[in-house]
Amino acid sequence: MATDNLVAQNETISGLDALENASQQKLPGRASRIWSLTWPKLTALAFVVAIWQVLVWAEWKPEYALPAPLTVAQDLWSWAGTSALWEGLLITLRRAAYGFGAAVVVGLLLGSAVARIKVLRAALGSMITALQTMPSIAWFPLAILLFQLNEQAIFFVVVLGAAPSIANGVIHGVDYVPPLLVRAGRNLGARGFSLYRYVIAPAALPAIVAGLKQGWAFAWRSLMAGELLVIIAKSTSIGVQLTYARELSDAPRVISVMIVILILGLLVDLLFTKADHAIRRRWGLLDRD
Amino acid sequence: MTSTTTTPESATAAVALSGVTKVYGRGADAVVALDRVSLDVAPGEFVCLVGASGCGKSTLLNLVAGLDTVSGGGIRVAGDARPGLMFQEPALFPWLTVGANVEVPLKLRGLASAERKARVAELLDTVHLRDFGHRRPHELSGGMRQRVALARTLALDTPVLLMDEPFGALDAMTRDVLHDELERLWTTRNATGRPLTVLFVTHNVREAARLSDRIVLLSSRPGRVIYETRVDIARPRRIDSTEVATVAAEVTDRLRAEVGRHGH
Repeated sequence: MATDNLVAQNETISGLDALENASQQKLPGRASRIWSLTWPKLTALAFVVAIWQVLVWAEWKPEYALPAPLTVAQDLWSWAGTSALWEGLLITLRRAAYGFGAAVVVGLLLGSAVARIKVLRAALGSMITALQTMPSIAWFPLAILLFQLNEQAIFFVVVLGAAPSIANGVIHGVDYVPPLLVRAGRNLGARGFSLYRYVIAPAALPAIVAGLKQGWAFAWRSLMAGELLVIIAKSTSIGVQLTYARELSDAPRVISVMIVILILGLLVDLLFTKADHAIRRRWGLLDRD
Repeated sequence: MTSTTTTPESATAAVALSGVTKVYGRGADAVVALDRVSLDVAPGEFVCLVGASGCGKSTLLNLVAGLDTVSGGGIRVAGDARPGLMFQEPALFPWLTVGANVEVPLKLRGLASAERKARVAELLDTVHLRDFGHRRPHELSGGMRQRVALARTLALDTPVLLMDEPFGALDAMTRDVLHDELERLWTTRNATGRPLTVLFVTHNVREAARLSDRIVLLSSRPGRVIYETRVDIARPRRIDSTEVATVAAEVTDRLRAEVGRHGH
């Protein structure tokens, strides 16, 4: 009898719970969702191209300096048909992957060490932030003296550019782990390493992903600066092709290369945004969408 | 129902506090949070600590849980068991599903995967959330989250449960249901010969009268035991029964006198 009452009460509550949980709004169709995200971007893009075209028609600059959008599109198309673009992409992306990969390793290790060890924090905490504010292109003269004009110089600057952001992401993430979760974890039996594994690392993950995203932006900029400055013979990376195009006054190609650089940066940024989104959705930090 | 004597011996107590003192800071800035608190909780006993805010109730639970160290005196938990602690907030891990949250203490205890799975199902069943294992904490209501937290704490398989205003943030109706469930769970455990000792902190006198075998009143700043009373009301109880109301009124009077002494 008493049990029956309890069950009945539970059902009432689950009714209330269900009301409280009525946040599931109906999702619009996938196609219309993609369209609603895409059309503002496309409109903005069309707007930019229109202004560009108007500038060309107005003959603001001679045609050899500022080519028309159509000319650039034709150049991009023919460039995509040659192996130059794809070989260049391969070289540049490989450098980006090595440099960023090494920066991730260095940043994660450095960040965890500084977050955990008080002396290291006192010693290196502000230095990491200082490094982060240093424009990475300013490192190149020294890097070239140290390593000459070669891959190592580029690698060195890319790692220096990206690692501090990643380390700062880790430090920030660890610092802002809710103390309540740490107390809960300790009460559940997590100590030392297991506390890091079960509580601190996952709780810091959103900040770490933000650090990785920022680190990527710095790595990509450092790499482009490096490829413009450190010209290595027979290496036709994207940056080198940009320099050559300028030297040959090939304006359509200059803009084509820039478009490729822009698209690459955007694509990788999109990956990080997706990862960030997925995490926040899992955690229930997204209101809608 | 549990027939403990009015002064249980420390030797057989599930939790024994003797002259526990906690001081924060030092020198002129030192704040005495707890002042020589002595308390014995018998195995299977349900004790409610009641006091105005700032009386060091939460500090006391942290000390018993071993999350903080005493400045003076001693705390002994029978069999050196690690007590489970529940907070006002569920403190669930948002990156894990409900089931995975309950599984964390089992993983930390090194249980095998199959055993963990069975235990998680059993524990979720205990708190009436059998079908919610794959949900995420943010998808549940406040009351359901607190039940998950209870299941996760019970997964420690501990004989001592420390509860720090666990239902304080819930609406009255949900709270009533959780009172019933906690009482049922506690009674069942005590009937199986694996007694569950509960030390429950609240500022809600009625909740204390509804749940506990004994109410212990703490003064504020410094926290000190100023009054104790046994609650001999048959179980299961109802929060709106006259017996509970009578006990609550009695304790409230004492509490008012105490608050009055501090002039606010």
